[in-house]
Amino acid sequence: MASIEFNNVSFGYEKDKVIIEDASFELEQEESICMVGPNGGGKSTLIKLLLGLIRPWTGQIRVFGNDPESSRHLIGYMPQHLNFDDQFPITTLEVTLMGCLSSGSKIGPYSRKDRASAEAALEKVNLGEMAKKRFSTLSGGQRQRALIARALVSDPKILLLDEPTANVDQSVEEEFHNTLKELAEQISIVLVSHDLGFVSGWLEHVLCVNRSVHMHPTASIDGKTLNEIFGDNIVAIRHDHDCPPGEHIHHHGEDCDHGK
Amino acid sequence: MGSELINALNEPLFDFLRYALAAGLLASLSFGIVGTYVVTKRITYIAGAIAHCALGGIGFGLYAKHELGWQWFDPLYGAIIAAVISSLIIGTVVLTRSEREDTVIGATWAVGMAVGFLFIKMVRTVTVNIESWLFGDINFVSSSDLWTVAILGVSVLILTILFHKQFVAICFDEEFARSRGINVPFFYMLLLLMSAVTVVLLVRVIGIIMVIALLTLPAALGSRLAKGLPGMMVWAVLICSIFLLLGLEFSMRIDAPAGPSIILVAGSAYFGFLLIEKILGYIKSHGGK
Repeated sequence: MASIEFNNVSFGYEKDKVIIEDASFELEQEESICMVGPNGGGKSTLIKLLLGLIRPWTGQIRVFGNDPESSRHLIGYMPQHLNFDDQFPITTLEVTLMGCLSSGSKIGPYSRKDRASAEAALEKVNLGEMAKKRFSTLSGGQRQRALIARALVSDPKILLLDEPTANVDQSVEEEFHNTLKELAEQISIVLVSHDLGFVSGWLEHVLCVNRSVHMHPTASIDGKTLNEIFGDNIVAIRHDHDCPPGEHIHHHGEDCDHGK
Repeated sequence: MGSELINALNEPLFDFLRYALAAGLLASLSFGIVGTYVVTKRITYIAGAIAHCALGGIGFGLYAKHELGWQWFDPLYGAIIAAVISSLIIGTVVLTRSEREDTVIGATWAVGMAVGFLFIKMVRTVTVNIESWLFGDINFVSSSDLWTVAILGVSVLILTILFHKQFVAICFDEEFARSRGINVPFFYMLLLLMSAVTVVLLVRVIGIIMVIALLTLPAALGSRLAKGLPGMMVWAVLICSIFLLLGLEFSMRIDAPAGPSIILVAGSAYFGFLLIEKILGYIKSHGGK
């Protein structure tokens, strides 16, 4: 069974203003994907569709065979911007515990089981010792890992990360990359990035999102080629793998802008 | 030198003072808890608008009581109704993003007060002391107010115990809460309604205009002292009670109204704390040189 399936999905927030047009792709279980495309191209919209926060105009979305809303518990999500206020007093464990929430959450405080899973998730990202520390005292990289732990705590089958390294420095990004690489062996990772340097061998596919949506394999592209492709002057992604010739001709800068 | 407050509390004729103190200490519980959410969710301005809007209900309440003959209608009920209506209006606008949020907040704020003043001016059978509603007057605190404060305070406490984790999630990261299937609009609205009810609790003691400071300043100080939100709430409740006690004592010593005295104590403590923190930070970073 496919983990994610989009069939001819179209969506827009206003009438006549289509954001995602006729998107079709499929992701197998434990496969990982990097979603790229220009700002405003519809990446965030695709995430909302995937989480079942908005419904498509037409077409069908399936997450592990069900509609996204009822499969929400299978997705661990890490939002793009955490407008975190350093004066917000909250411990790392309390942040992680939020991952235990669901629409069917019992009233009252978190259960002992929730606490145990949150602690286990923090251990998984090597933050076990920071559980009782105030979240604001964590370094940038530690915060990112704590937010991953929060996304992992519900034991998801898909980890959905929206521009996770947008505001962190290079070294943090590398460390973060390694954490993800390990995780990718167990679950599907859907990574949104406008930074194409992030795309590398352990991600099976690249999904170009710019109103239209196209999937490309990365397996045949090694790191070096990727650097060439995404490095200084980005020219092209090899679109010939998935698509029969002539079905979609990709003019870069127009259809799927891979510029920096 | 003994405490003027303790001497006065022993005075047999000063029932109102005992009521005011009891109401204040009871309300501190709601103020600390709701203040913590308001400060961390950064909706002080919204809570302020709701508080000011309560004047509309007070005005109507006074008019209904004295001109329409609704003897049972306590102006405080009017205050609660007005605060609830204004939080519904503001909440709807914020959640639907249908209009400019800050403009609507400002408009609700002003219209609420305008309605209040007009109603109060229409009361002709008795003389209404507007000042006592704007700045508080502990002489008016009665035993029935104490009951109102207790019942509403307990309701706020129960809601907090039931839904604390959902409130924390929407204060910390609304987008994530939504992705977990939390009904963000519902809890946001509930939070506004809790703020509405809470600010009304101490209107008699502090008054409409300044009550917002007692909601937010103790919580703001608590956020600097605690590691987590439960700790912040405990600190906020404690600090709020201390502000009330010190403020009442201060007002007795200088023979001044209680409301402004309490707010002055709270404000001085807050700005004093910030200043000390800055100085300590400066010494720390320049200490080695």
